[in-house]
Amino acid sequence: MAVVKVLTEFWGDPENRTLAGYEKNGGYQGVRKALKMEPAEIGNVVKEAKVRGAGGAGFPAGIKWGFVPKDYTGPRYLCINADESEPGTYKDRYIMERDPHRLIEGAIILCRAVGIETFYIYIRGELVKAAKILEEAVKEAYAKGYLGTDVFGTGKTLHGTVHRGAGAYICGEETGLLNSLEGKTGQPRYKPPFPAVTGLFGKPTIINNVETIANLPAIFVNGAKWFLDLGVSTAGGTKLYPISGLVERPGIYELPLGTSLHDIIYEYGGGIAGGRKLKGVIPGGASCPVLVPEPSEALRKYLHEGLPRMIRGEEKLVRFEGRPEWKRPENPTEIDVPMDYDSVPMIKSMLGTGAAMILDDQTCPVHTALRITMFFHHESCGQCVPCREGTGWMEKLLHRFEHGEGREGDEDKLFAMASRIEGTTICALGDAAAWPVQAFVRKFRHEFEEHRKLGRCPYPEHTVRPSPLYIA
Amino acid sequence: MALSKNAVAAIEQAKTRYPPDQPQAALLPALHIAQAEVGWLPLEIQEEIAGLVGVKPSHVREVVTFYTMFKDHPVGRHHIQVCRSVSCCLRGADKLAELVQERYGLKPDSMPSADGRFSLELVECLASCGSAPVVQINDDYHESMDAKTLVDTLEKL
Repeated sequence: MAVVKVLTEFWGDPENRTLAGYEKNGGYQGVRKALKMEPAEIGNVVKEAKVRGAGGAGFPAGIKWGFVPKDYTGPRYLCINADESEPGTYKDRYIMERDPHRLIEGAIILCRAVGIETFYIYIRGELVKAAKILEEAVKEAYAKGYLGTDVFGTGKTLHGTVHRGAGAYICGEETGLLNSLEGKTGQPRYKPPFPAVTGLFGKPTIINNVETIANLPAIFVNGAKWFLDLGVSTAGGTKLYPISGLVERPGIYELPLGTSLHDIIYEYGGGIAGGRKLKGVIPGGASCPVLVPEPSEALRKYLHEGLPRMIRGEEKLVRFEGRPEWKRPENPTEIDVPMDYDSVPMIKSMLGTGAAMILDDQTCPVHTALRITMFFHHESCGQCVPCREGTGWMEKLLHRFEHGEGREGDEDKLFAMASRIEGTTICALGDAAAWPVQAFVRKFRHEFEEHRKLGRCPYPEHTVRPSPLYIA
Repeated sequence: MALSKNAVAAIEQAKTRYPPDQPQAALLPALHIAQAEVGWLPLEIQEEIAGLVGVKPSHVREVVTFYTMFKDHPVGRHHIQVCRSVSCCLRGADKLAELVQERYGLKPDSMPSADGRFSLELVECLASCGSAPVVQINDDYHESMDAKTLVDTLEKL
């Protein structure tokens, strides 16, 4: 069965980034249909299509929009989260560079549904090229009357601005983003109040990821059922899976939500680089606990007996509409997990951004854990003590291991440190730093011990050549 | 030292994109404009921007030191940023960083070379993991880099 492409279909067309090229490819048709509907109806379509947030949390988009107080009469805002910085993740950047008008069209639909008159695209500062392309696209949309004071001749106002960040992972956390947009340091806020009630400049604000919003136009062209049937019964649509690391063909693969991690790596990604063996996969960006090719009883139970009732009342087994030919494996390993929002948590990891990083049998898990921890230590905003200090301590301890100076009991110490960061911070960065470390210690404990006993890292230096990027 | 008329006008223009009672929202755009002109953000410039967007100089300083892209010290004409996160590391980014350090006598995150040509920074994920390793030189991404291509690229600058 041919795979339907919702987002990547026109990425190969260089004209697609202009308004005229996008319209030639069928663009700005979804918004025309949506603008004929009542705002509440738009929200219902999105709920019915089961659009889930693609920035990492997987929260249902239509439900999020419903949190904006109905009786509030002042200004409301949309902040498009384009602060893509999670290691492994590079999908939003390509949407913005190759299909910027799809994002703007989605934003117009969203703003109509929630009664918003101003949106900001918060793009990470390093993405200078993407920001320029977006600015050009916004300008074109104004010139054509798709943005401005009479959007598509409806008499409604909608203003859009590209706002560049300046190098801080934490600004991808929604309330960190709000503070940053307000001209402050990007330190996250306490929740509640949630941004939908008290957000940007203290007004109700919706924050959605680039990929989430870019999905909207196609839903209004083809219908909610079409979109839902592309994915799984708990989440509609396709997903961009940007894969990297030691895979033969790293790249962005747009596939039905729920495609198994195994298929993404072997069927599409061409297997492990250089024909080597797989050691593990970080499934959805650096914060997701690593998965290993070992049999998983939890996954077998989930695939054959279904979700625990407390999570989904209406049905037990998740259906994979986008790939009806898929057979549930009899004795799955963790790598057989379907990559959707509800399946990956069944084996104590997360879909995250769907950005799998592949580690081969020559990759040192201690070194990988160290790099991940260096990232979170560097990016901790410094607001909460457990995260600010704990990430640094974990980095020091991992550094000690990697350089052969680990001491008896350090594995447990490391695990305990991670556990004391988990759940003790204002935002999820603390958890995001703790979970991968816990998983590496749990799943590769013998390798930590080996480092300690040998007094050095047993792995030779890694030599894997750079690879070009594939898009399919 | 002061900003040019054009830069001040660009900052005033940036303020119009935010609600009239929220001029401080233009702080990040203002700092980008200033840094593009001056190359980095000396204290006098930070103070001038504080006046333009209506915040205290200490607030500007706090913001400048929080975000990695804002520089409170000079950088080279070609600022070389090598990604050190997982995917780039797996594809040989550390070797590239070593090469740049040895060949041009640079230390990461410190002052530029004596002729002001290059400076080096080890950065976290640049969202280019599929075409790793990536080296960002000023605003431009150089993807799927190997040692030879990197040296060739740098020698042409």
